[in-house]
Amino acid sequence: MAIEITMPALSPTMEEGTLAAWLVKEGDTVTSGDVIAEIETDKATMEVESIDDGVVAQILIEAGTDNVAVGTLIALLAEEGEDPASLDVSNPAPEPAAAPADAAPAPAEQASVAAVPAAEAAPVDINVPEGTPMQTLTVREALRDAMAEEMRLDGDVFVMGEEVAEYQGAYKVTQGLLDEFGAERVIDTPITEHGFAGLGVGAAFAGLKPVIEFMTFNFAMQAIDHIINSAAKTRYMSGGLVECSIVFRGPNGAASRVGAQHSHNYASWYSSVPGLKVIAPYDAADNKGLLKAAIRDPNPVVFLENELMYGETFDVPEMDDYVVPIGKARTFREGNDVTIVSYSITVGEALKAADMLAEEGISAEVIDLRTIRPLDINAVIESVKKTNRCVVAEEGWPQCSVASDVSAQLMEQAFDWLDAPVTRVNSVDVPLPYAANLEKAAVVSADDVVKAAKAVCYVE
Amino acid sequence: MTTKKTTKKATASPRKRTAKPALYKASNDELIEFYRQMLLIRRFEEKAGQMYGMGLIGGFCHLYIGQEAVAVGVQSALKEGDKVISGYREHGQMVALGSDPRAIMAELTGRSGGVSQGKGGSMHMFDPANGFYGGHGIVGAQVSLGTGLAFANKYRKTDNVSVSYFGDGAANQGQVYESFNMAEIWNLPAIYIIENNQYAMGTSVSRASSQPQLYRRGESFNIPGRHVDGMNVLAVRAAMEDALDHCRSGKGPMILEMETYRYRGHSMSDPAKYRSKEEVQKMRADHDAIDRIKDVILKAGAASEDELKQIDKDVKAIVADAANFAQECPEPDLSELYTDVLA
Repeated sequence: MAIEITMPALSPTMEEGTLAAWLVKEGDTVTSGDVIAEIETDKATMEVESIDDGVVAQILIEAGTDNVAVGTLIALLAEEGEDPASLDVSNPAPEPAAAPADAAPAPAEQASVAAVPAAEAAPVDINVPEGTPMQTLTVREALRDAMAEEMRLDGDVFVMGEEVAEYQGAYKVTQGLLDEFGAERVIDTPITEHGFAGLGVGAAFAGLKPVIEFMTFNFAMQAIDHIINSAAKTRYMSGGLVECSIVFRGPNGAASRVGAQHSHNYASWYSSVPGLKVIAPYDAADNKGLLKAAIRDPNPVVFLENELMYGETFDVPEMDDYVVPIGKARTFREGNDVTIVSYSITVGEALKAADMLAEEGISAEVIDLRTIRPLDINAVIESVKKTNRCVVAEEGWPQCSVASDVSAQLMEQAFDWLDAPVTRVNSVDVPLPYAANLEKAAVVSADDVVKAAKAVCYVE
Repeated sequence: MTTKKTTKKATASPRKRTAKPALYKASNDELIEFYRQMLLIRRFEEKAGQMYGMGLIGGFCHLYIGQEAVAVGVQSALKEGDKVISGYREHGQMVALGSDPRAIMAELTGRSGGVSQGKGGSMHMFDPANGFYGGHGIVGAQVSLGTGLAFANKYRKTDNVSVSYFGDGAANQGQVYESFNMAEIWNLPAIYIIENNQYAMGTSVSRASSQPQLYRRGESFNIPGRHVDGMNVLAVRAAMEDALDHCRSGKGPMILEMETYRYRGHSMSDPAKYRSKEEVQKMRADHDAIDRIKDVILKAGAASEDELKQIDKDVKAIVADAANFAQECPEPDLSELYTDVLA
């Protein structure tokens, strides 16, 4: 019986990859531990080792093939005593499509929810001239392009963080920046968040424009003193004498089964701090346009990305200088019966929920806050004046959440327009569990949003 | 937690003072200027203490009295473009770097004429035009921030340095060592001034520091350190000259431990019962930086007693004027509550 070698999942969020190279050929003898192939994921190039001994009987996927799904049969190995030539690929090969769900159930499901076909997305609400060509970019590429464009424009902009340079970014967001801008402007730090965040703020005091990458915002808790006490407060404490133009960016919130300490959404924490701007975009166009705006902004900006969104593709206007204004929400989808407010990855759930509600005859308006501070509450109020009902969906804990604040502001400012209590849809109020089923139950799903929307519409 | 030495009341400086420190060869004019500046800081701080007692200054107020030689020796060695940052005991450093005493005092009283327009207070003063970046209230934060100022100097390819003042207490914060590490691997022109005034609030160095020789705290990062008599402005200045040579020539960071002493409590509300009156008296009598420079001036014939008395008078006038200004100046307009949050 031949040994099947399948496309491995090399990260929690990987669904497919490029089979970059075979390091063995048919007929070669391999032993366990030999490197047999190189696979490019969206994050890195990885070596694949054989876990069995045998003779390479058949290579089924050629080197250079893109988009090979995780679990696809890529080669067959003849066991000792087996005749490699006798192996027939057509029989033992499993259905490649069935495999990914087994290999990485949570990511596949999460990602399919997050992926919104670009065609369905509303046009971006800034002045994009009609007929502007679109390019298809991943969120990751959009972020990289934003940094590269701003670094070309302004020599004071530099990028600093763990693995941002030679490793090309832990999540490959800074890929290529070192090559273009050199080690003086793309700087690998030691693992020292408190220190390099403070160093970045000091450089900003001196007039530079640092982009400080945290490998995840969970690690920024080590540095939160500098983000708040040093960056956010110094302009005020100095009576306006000291500038601090700096961006703190990195993935925020739950990823895929990375456990409680790597899954925290900090939007509400930072959004409570005067002196900061807080941005949490959803699609690639907003990630690009808002990061460019953040880098240009003369204030400290906390820019919250989402790991699960990095590999998602969207249309981005092909413009020389595509900048999205900070502090403006975006109506992603228009509707009349209920307003669904969200931001970051949960916008994907909200859009999916809107589709599901439409099937039941409920017309939902979906608003992406995009910026959490300053909060564009007027956009929400205007929508609620039309729909008279509101659900706020957020992947994060309920207490003192962004959803709580939107609810409170609606009560204060739009009470007479509401026909039902504003309802919050948040993650479950527990540290995020690891087990796939528990994690899925803890984060916000489209079903949760649908349920809440129907409740405020008094349906069922 | 028990500590190794808890039996007796801690005493300052368990170490010997530096043997024969190198002394800066000051011109007569420089000697007189050192005297004038140190005296200005002392009189200024005495006045601040008095005004605090009168309820004119609120909140926390940390006086620099006793440590004047450090700020004056350090600041006098710097040049245009060098950047300085400190903790919350910064009034004296600001006087030494040339900030307007009126504006410092008015900040202490929380008035519109203060350096930070009354919005910062004693602990949060800034004067970037004179190279001073605060005024930071979180112990140790200024070390990372100051390392960033050095980074900016290097990024812009200047030969300017950054000076980060911090105390023996801050020297035990983790981010200090994160900063040391980055400063050395990136060869940053950072001078770390550890003002060892013997007590981190009420805790003596010997109770809090496994390695009380703070100038050696950079050893595991390959950063050279010097132990300096911080009660002698000429020793401070000489050490600064060496550190500046080191930094400006691209050799990376350097640590100067200034062994000094604060005569007053940690803040105005500290009765300082963790040390004896005799200890304080002995420091004042035997090691006072102003007395010492006065002796040097008189022995060198740089100025006469009468000339020094005239300087005392001038200094008192500056302080009195600052105090008047700080009381007469109006409080900030209420509209200022909302300004300077964002650019």
